[in-house]
Amino acid sequence: MAVLDTRPTRWFAIVSVGLMVVLPPFLSSYVLTLLTQVLIFALMAMSVDLLLGFTGLPSLGQAAYFGVSAYTVAVLTTKYSQGFWSTAALSFVLSILLAALFGLIAIHAAGTYFLMITLALGQVLWGLAYRWVSMTGGDNGLAGVPRPDVGVSVEDPTRFFYFTLVLFLVSAVALYLVVESPFGYSLLGIRESEGRMRILGYHTWLHKYLAFIISGAFSGVSGILWAYYNGFVSPQDVSLVTNMESLLMVALGGPGTLFGSTVGALIIVFLRNFVSAYTKRWLLILGGMYIFTIIYAPKGLLGALRDWGLRRRLPHPSPAVATDRGGAPAGTPSSR
Amino acid sequence: MQLRRPAVLNVLLGASVFLLVAGQPVLAAEKGPIRVGFIAPFSGPFAQNARDMWEGFRMAFDEAGMQAGGRKIELVSEDSWVEPAEALTKLRKLAERDRVHVAAGSLLAPSSYALLPYVESQRLPFLSPISCADDVTQRKPGRWFVRVGWTCSQTMHPFGEYVAKVLGYKKVVTLGFDFAFGFESVGGFQRVFEEQGGRIIQKLWAPANVQDFAPYIAQIKRDADAVVGVFSGSAAVRLQKQYQEYGLKDRIPLLGQGTLTDEHVLPGMGDESLGIVTPLVYSAALDTPENRRFAQAFQGRAGKSASYFAAMPYTAARTIVEAANAVGGDVENRDRFLEALRAVQLRDDPRGPMKLDRWGNPDQNIYIRRVERVGGKLQNTVVHTYPNVSQFWTYKPEDYLRQPIYDRDKVPGCRHCQ
Repeated sequence: MAVLDTRPTRWFAIVSVGLMVVLPPFLSSYVLTLLTQVLIFALMAMSVDLLLGFTGLPSLGQAAYFGVSAYTVAVLTTKYSQGFWSTAALSFVLSILLAALFGLIAIHAAGTYFLMITLALGQVLWGLAYRWVSMTGGDNGLAGVPRPDVGVSVEDPTRFFYFTLVLFLVSAVALYLVVESPFGYSLLGIRESEGRMRILGYHTWLHKYLAFIISGAFSGVSGILWAYYNGFVSPQDVSLVTNMESLLMVALGGPGTLFGSTVGALIIVFLRNFVSAYTKRWLLILGGMYIFTIIYAPKGLLGALRDWGLRRRLPHPSPAVATDRGGAPAGTPSSR
Repeated sequence: MQLRRPAVLNVLLGASVFLLVAGQPVLAAEKGPIRVGFIAPFSGPFAQNARDMWEGFRMAFDEAGMQAGGRKIELVSEDSWVEPAEALTKLRKLAERDRVHVAAGSLLAPSSYALLPYVESQRLPFLSPISCADDVTQRKPGRWFVRVGWTCSQTMHPFGEYVAKVLGYKKVVTLGFDFAFGFESVGGFQRVFEEQGGRIIQKLWAPANVQDFAPYIAQIKRDADAVVGVFSGSAAVRLQKQYQEYGLKDRIPLLGQGTLTDEHVLPGMGDESLGIVTPLVYSAALDTPENRRFAQAFQGRAGKSASYFAAMPYTAARTIVEAANAVGGDVENRDRFLEALRAVQLRDDPRGPMKLDRWGNPDQNIYIRRVERVGGKLQNTVVHTYPNVSQFWTYKPEDYLRQPIYDRDKVPGCRHCQ
C-alpha cells in the first residue's frame, strides 16, 4: 500500500506541514513545547510503524534505541561538555549499532515471539539505565542537558520547535523514500506472506534485519531530540510505558500509513497533558480511546481517512451515468 | 454526490480547535489571584507522603484565609507520579500553562536536581520543603530555589556521632535507596561515624520502587552491630516488616534516616517499628506549644497524625504567605518576591527555631527519636536534641565544600567494607 496515494491523505500531509510551519509564532509557549513533544514521539512512532505496519513485525522495544541515544546525548553533554555535531553523530551511530546487535537476536522470531523478544531486549536496556548508576545516574537520571549549539540559538520554545521540525521533516522524507522504494515494497511483500517472498528468491531475513536497523536509527534520532528538548533523561524514557505508547500511537494513527503516527502522537501527547489537568482519571480516558479506536477504526484514524479516499474513487452504482470500466477518476462528482 | 465529511474528520477538526484554544495561557486580570503551584507524587509508592504534603501545604493557606498580600490565593496541584521525570513535565505545565507565580513541592532528592535548571531558566521561585538534595544549597546553589527543609546529610552527621558515642555501635551495615537521597544520607552518616571510631562494613542499595527486601536482607553481614536503613514511603513499611519477618529485628538493631519511621507510615505499623532510632528535623511528638497546636490542627483537619511530610510544606506555605504580605501582593515583580521569600523568618514553626543560612538552607534542631508506644499509639519520642545544626555540621563551610558531594561508590567510599 502506498502511503500518499489518495487525495485526502495527500491533503492531510500538505495541510499539516503547512500549519506546522506557519502557526508557531501565534501559539503559546506551552502548546509549542507540547507540539515539539508530538514531533519527537511521532518520529519514534513512525519508526515503529516501519516495522509493524510495513514489515509486519510488532516491536515493543524501540524505546531501547530511543534511550541509548538520549542517554548518550545526556552523558556527553553533562559529563564531557561535547558540542552538538559530535554528540548527535555518536548517539546516532550508537543507536544503529545497538539495533544491529539486537536485530541479530530478534529477527529470527516472528509475530508474538518477536513482540516478546523485543520487549525483553527493551527491558534489558531499561535495567541497564536503572542500575548502571555510575553511568546513567539510575533513578537520579541525568539533568542539565543544555540546548544544542547549532550556530543559531535554539533556546526558546519557538526556535527549538522549528529545529525539531526540520529534523522531523528530513527524517519523515527519508522514511517515505525508504517505504516507497523497491526495498519498501519488498517489506510489504514480507508482511503479506514471507514464505512466498522467499520462494520468489528474496533474502527475507536480510530485508527484515535492515528494516530493524533503519527503524532503530530513526528511534535514535528522536532520542537525540528528546534529550535536548527535555534537558533530562531518566529510566522512565526507556521504560515499558514509552514502548507501549509508541505502539499505541501507531495503532491510533494507522499501521502502515507512516504519517498516521503523527496523528496518534498528537492525540496521546495532548490527552496526556491536557486531560490530566482536568481529571486524575486521565488514564481511564486514554484507555477508552484505545478501545474505541480498535472497535470503530481498526485501521487507525489515518487509515480510515485513506479508506474514505479510496472509496471515493470507486464507481458509483448509478444507472443513469455511464462510467468507465476503471471507475471514475478521484474527485469527479458524478451527476445525481 | 454530496460532499460528506466522515465523522472522524469532524472529530479531529473539533479536537484540534479545542486543543489550540484550550492551550492558550490563562489570561488573568490585572490583579487576579496569586497562583501557587504544587507538585507531589499522588500516585505510586509515595502516595501517602504526597497526601501528607498536600494537606500540610493547604492547611497554612486555609489558616491565612486563602489570601495573602491583599489578593486571593489559587492553588494548583499536579501529580508527579514518577519522580523525577514527571515532576519536570508537570512543572513545565504549571509554569507555562497555568502561569503560576510560585511553585513548591517535589518529593525525591533527584527531583531537585532535575528541576533546578528549569527553575533557573524560567526565573520561577520554587520552594522545596521535602526534597533534601544536598548540592542545591552547597555546590550548585540555585538562585530561584528556596529550601525550607533540610539537606539529607544534615540529620545524619549528628546521628553518626550519636550512634558511635551514645549507642556505642562499632560495625554498621547501611541499606538505602539507590539514588541521591540514599547516597547523601549514608555519606553524611559514614563521615562522622567513622571519624568517631565506627566502621561501615557493608553498603547495600535498593532501587526506588523496590518491592521485596529479601535479597538485600539476606546479604546483610551477620556480625554487624546495627543496620541503618534509608527509605521512605511504602519501601520503609516493607523494610521494617520484612526485617522482623526474617528474624533480624531481635538480633541486629535497625536504625535509619528519619523518614524510615516518620508519621506518614507509623500509624499503620506495629511491633516491628518499636525501638527504631532515627534522626530528623521534626517529630510529631515534639512537646512544644507550637507543635502541639500544629499537630492538633492537622489531626482535626486530616484525621491522621501530623508528620514531617506535613510540617515542612506547612512551613513552605507560610513562607509564601509571609513573603506575599511583605511585598504587598506584588508577586509579579519576581526579583523582589524572591528576596522576600528568602528573608522570611518564622518564629513559631512547629519544628522549633530555624534560620536560613547564607546558602539558603535552614540551621535547625536535629531530634534523635526512638519509636515507642505511648497511650496505645506509636510515636517518635524525642530522646535527644542537637540544637542549631547547620548543613555543614561542625566543619568549616569552605573545607566542607571542597570535598565533592556524597555519592554511591567514591565519596566517601567504603574503606572498611569486607
